[in-house]
Amino acid sequence: MTNTQDTSTLKMTARNVDIFYGDKQAIKNVSIDVSMEHVTAFIGPSGCGKSTFLRTLNRMNDTISSARVTGDIRLDGEDIYSSSMDVVQLRARVGMVFQKPNPFPKSIYENIAYGPRIHGLATGKSEMDQIVEKSLKRAGLWEEVKDRLQDSGTALSGGQQQRLCIARAIAVDPEVILMDEPSSALDPIATAKIEELIHELRGRYAIVIVTHNMQQAARVSQRTAFFHLGTLVEYGETSDIFTNPREEKTKDYITGRYG
Amino acid sequence: MVGTTGHTVKAFDEELGQLRALISEMGGLAEQAINQSMKALVRRDNDAAMKVVEQDHRLDELEMEVERLAVRLIALRAPMADDLREVVAAMKISGVVERIGDYAKNIAKRVPQFAEAKDIGPLAILPEMGKMASEMVRNALDAFAARSPEQAKAVVERDQALDTFYNSVFRALLTYMMENPHNITPCAHLLFMAKNLERVGDHATNIGEMVYFAATGDHLGERPKVGADED
Repeated sequence: MTNTQDTSTLKMTARNVDIFYGDKQAIKNVSIDVSMEHVTAFIGPSGCGKSTFLRTLNRMNDTISSARVTGDIRLDGEDIYSSSMDVVQLRARVGMVFQKPNPFPKSIYENIAYGPRIHGLATGKSEMDQIVEKSLKRAGLWEEVKDRLQDSGTALSGGQQQRLCIARAIAVDPEVILMDEPSSALDPIATAKIEELIHELRGRYAIVIVTHNMQQAARVSQRTAFFHLGTLVEYGETSDIFTNPREEKTKDYITGRYG
Repeated sequence: MVGTTGHTVKAFDEELGQLRALISEMGGLAEQAINQSMKALVRRDNDAAMKVVEQDHRLDELEMEVERLAVRLIALRAPMADDLREVVAAMKISGVVERIGDYAKNIAKRVPQFAEAKDIGPLAILPEMGKMASEMVRNALDAFAARSPEQAKAVVERDQALDTFYNSVFRALLTYMMENPHNITPCAHLLFMAKNLERVGDHATNIGEMVYFAATGDHLGERPKVGADED
């Protein structure tokens, strides 16, 4: 299967990854590459393991005591599961955005400034102001909030909150952004803004998105991976996956015959 | 190739079924139009020829209906993969079948020219060519209904034989025209009719190529050409 690619823009590589929750195997022997130049989408029916796999890319599964990961996952060639890897640092480099917007119950400004502060990325107030402004601009939220940075982040609309969370992830200067169903709780306009944002962020960050919405995967990604029952069934160019999938299972899923 | 199971959303299957039924109906009408125009020619039956001309509007209507349904299906069902290729193919095929109907109509319109003409040899072999062309149309549409790349390929390969047939009719008509200037007018009409039938074969071949792509997602390689000595 052509689920790997040899380009110089490779950001993360996973080889022969198995993931268990206790005795239950959630991911079976998955190998996949994530590159800087493509947005990578993970699709598949509920319970196929796509979110589980996404969360191993920044060791978010470490927080689940029964979860066990074997295999090899590397960020810029560095084994992220090695004992020398600083997990806090890893999660700054590989940021994450969740299904439900989860801003801190603090001001908009503080939501952005928190990460850079604990990572020591800013030396003074003006530098922090710059980071906040740059992050909000990149997340397409600056114009809407620049005059009320001291308002609470939770007072924003759902779509704005999600862009705030993306800005928060951007603020610590990550290399990879993982998005787990980032717009499933948003209305179509807010969804379109998130998709436009993903498009703008492409190339600057390696982006991996898990989505149940196949149209969204088709719209925002250049690579699509189809997961089924814990295995990676097919991984390829998004346009090929949606117009001419090679695997029967992929076809049945994307045409609405299964799942 | 085709998923054996239906879609989770049953209405989707029903709409795809409607689309297929419309294409089948169009194919049947086009095939019939060719056969009836040939029959009208042989019998010098102007009324039958007029009927072919009159019935052509039904193909135009069906083409519009296919377009409407296909656009609706794309908008409401967002078809993917082989479904998407099939809907796109249906839309294109309907346009091609409508053109085939125009060729049959064109042939029928010339039938009155032969009311007083005496027998010309090639006139007798034209229906044979018409039969071959209409069979290609039927086979192409059958391939679509069966979503069969093999059947589609067979149609494409058959086009050579029709081209060869056309070339021989062309030469025979030239000979007749050179023999006697009085033959020129009817022979010229027959030549146009033969050319129309040859074009029908080309269109059936196009349908075969579309069906092949819809069924496999790949394009059929360059189609073989037979000694292209004219046009």
